[in-house]
Amino acid sequence: MSDGVSRRSFLKTAGASAAAASLAQVAQAAIAPPEAGVPATPTLGPDATDVTLSVNGKPMKLRVDPATTLLSALRMECDLTGAKEVCDRASCGACSVIIDGRLVASCMMLALDAEGTKITTVEGLAKGDELDPLQLAFVKHDALQCGYCTPGLVVACRALLDKNPKPSLSQIKSGLSGNICRCGTYTNIFNAVLEASGQKPIADSAPV
Amino acid sequence: MNRFTLVRPKSYADASGVLTSKTYSLPVLKAGGLDVLDHMKEALWSPDALVDVKRLMPAGQREPIATFTREVSWNGSTPQPNWSSDNGFVHVAASALLADVASSPQVLAAAPVVAQSLASAATPQVRNVGTVAGNLLQRPRCWYYRQQQFDCLKKGGSQCFAVEGENAYHAIFGPGPCHIVHPSNLAPALMVCDGRVHLVGGKRDSLKISELYHMPEKGITSEHNLEPGEIITHISFESRQVSGFYSIKHKQSFDWPLVFACVALAVDANKITHASVCAGAVAPVPWMLPSVAAALVGVSPDDDAAITAACAKAGEGAKPMRDNGYKVQLLSVAVKRAILVALKKPVPGQEEGNS
Ligand SMILES: Cc1cc2nc3c(=O)[nH]c(=O)nc-3n(C[C@H](O)[C@H](O)[C@H](O)COP(=O)(O)OP(=O)(O)OC[C@H]3O[C@@H](n4cnc5c(N)ncnc54)[C@H](O)[C@@H]3O)c2cc1C
Ligand code: SF4
Ligand code: FES
Ligand code: FES
Repeated sequence: MSDGVSRRSFLKTAGASAAAASLAQVAQAAIAPPEAGVPATPTLGPDATDVTLSVNGKPMKLRVDPATTLLSALRMECDLTGAKEVCDRASCGACSVIIDGRLVASCMMLALDAEGTKITTVEGLAKGDELDPLQLAFVKHDALQCGYCTPGLVVACRALLDKNPKPSLSQIKSGLSGNICRCGTYTNIFNAVLEASGQKPIADSAPV
Repeated sequence: MNRFTLVRPKSYADASGVLTSKTYSLPVLKAGGLDVLDHMKEALWSPDALVDVKRLMPAGQREPIATFTREVSWNGSTPQPNWSSDNGFVHVAASALLADVASSPQVLAAAPVVAQSLASAATPQVRNVGTVAGNLLQRPRCWYYRQQQFDCLKKGGSQCFAVEGENAYHAIFGPGPCHIVHPSNLAPALMVCDGRVHLVGGKRDSLKISELYHMPEKGITSEHNLEPGEIITHISFESRQVSGFYSIKHKQSFDWPLVFACVALAVDANKITHASVCAGAVAPVPWMLPSVAAALVGVSPDDDAAITAACAKAGEGAKPMRDNGYKVQLLSVAVKRAILVALKKPVPGQEEGNS
């Protein structure tokens, strides 16, 4: 906001009448034209703007403000709730999606920054009713307990196999190092990836 | 996150203009945005504009990563005749992704320590979004700094909570009064490759990486020496083919390093002729270890005992805090292993599954 008041710090410190006055100021500041002499630079926001995202091969027309993360756009606007919000800080992988072939944490990316890219979410992996072989391998190896981390992990495994169709165990571990499973199903997940890449699963008792 | 305008400048000069104009009261540069959004989510920053430099490239550079030989004229750095086996240098765009630098065959060939430092940083999700400049200028991870309710020295408050508080991950070098460790994996790697950051928007074209950061006593609220409006366009570093990185972490996975070491060597006639050693996660800036480097010169790469003796000097001058004395011991181990990595010798504990 152009007067330097952040909404949060402002709401914390200001009383109700001051709030009304200052909100009016803020609204004015938001529509004030840029200063003369400053080169015209493209800007978006701060109010909601139209954007089209390509999600699982389909164009999705949305209206979001710049502060909307890709995760919240997917969940709230596109009704794709596979990606989960857990840490909200790029630390757990539950919100993982694939953007132009790269695994990313959608909680730490602005929805507007994903414009012009190809986004794949966990909903985009199955072909109709036919599950991705990796998803079948997750089922076969019982690679989940509560399931909260699972969409993110399936996406991370897919991104890994797309890059490296026959990863070694240590490559699997480093490829999945951004995804945390609080239930500790790692051994079964490694086995699912080994199976989906045509390799021999490790024994259940193998140390993780 | 607070409301803000997303500004999409078309060039670095344009971006610098937006930063220094009075159009916005608190414009902040955003590259990958990982550290910027983190600060906004914690309500540490409330910028009214994010100035997006994620997709910009330095003028004249078409690929994010480019290598050159010394014959190509280049005004940034003085040649290092002593490192005679290595006579090339590398340019990497500020907006290059960490994952791309980590896996770049050019970087791996010219300066393995740089690629290795980034391969070991964070997670695939972070490396696929985080940029080189963002990594160098990310703010420290001190948990008192990162939480809004602690009004510590770095945020203009009157005390450093780490002194009496939880300081297991803080600095073992430096007089304070702030005891952060510098968070970048890349910066110490660039230190041993005589790296530079190239700039627009200010009075200078470039700064040595060794001049980019300052100790807390020279200014506590920021870690770097860039002027307002100065933007990094690219980095450059010398080829250091015999170089290596080693990081010790709790889990040897995505967790932040407890300590790490970067080493570059020149070897001639079975003797180390030049050495440069820099430690990370031990001080508020990348921490050079000149006494270790000096002790390595003249030693044979096969003389394990002499190398170990040189590494034992790594902790000289350390002043650990209550809970981080363990870092002094880890540091000599990290330096020793970085030397083994540089020399392509087997490293203890680096078997399959533990990388
Ligand atoms: C789970 C996790 C683990 C991590 N582990 C590690 C680790 O082990 N080692 C490590 O080194 N890092 C680690 N990081 C940090 C990560 O590497 C950085 O957050 C990332 O590199 C920041 O890059 P960015 O492009 O997203 O920066 P941004 O958030 O966009 O920017 C960071 C800062 O740099 C400034 N900036 C950006 N570009 C420029 C420019 N061109 N010129 C001038 N200023 C600029 C911005 O204004 C901002 O202040 C980790 C992060 C996470 C989330
Ligand atoms: S170490 Fe620095 S950042 Fe951390 S509490 Fe102390 S003054 Fe603040
Ligand atoms: S919710 Fe995005 S990484 Fe945890
Ligand atoms: S199955 Fe519960 S968090 Fe992974």
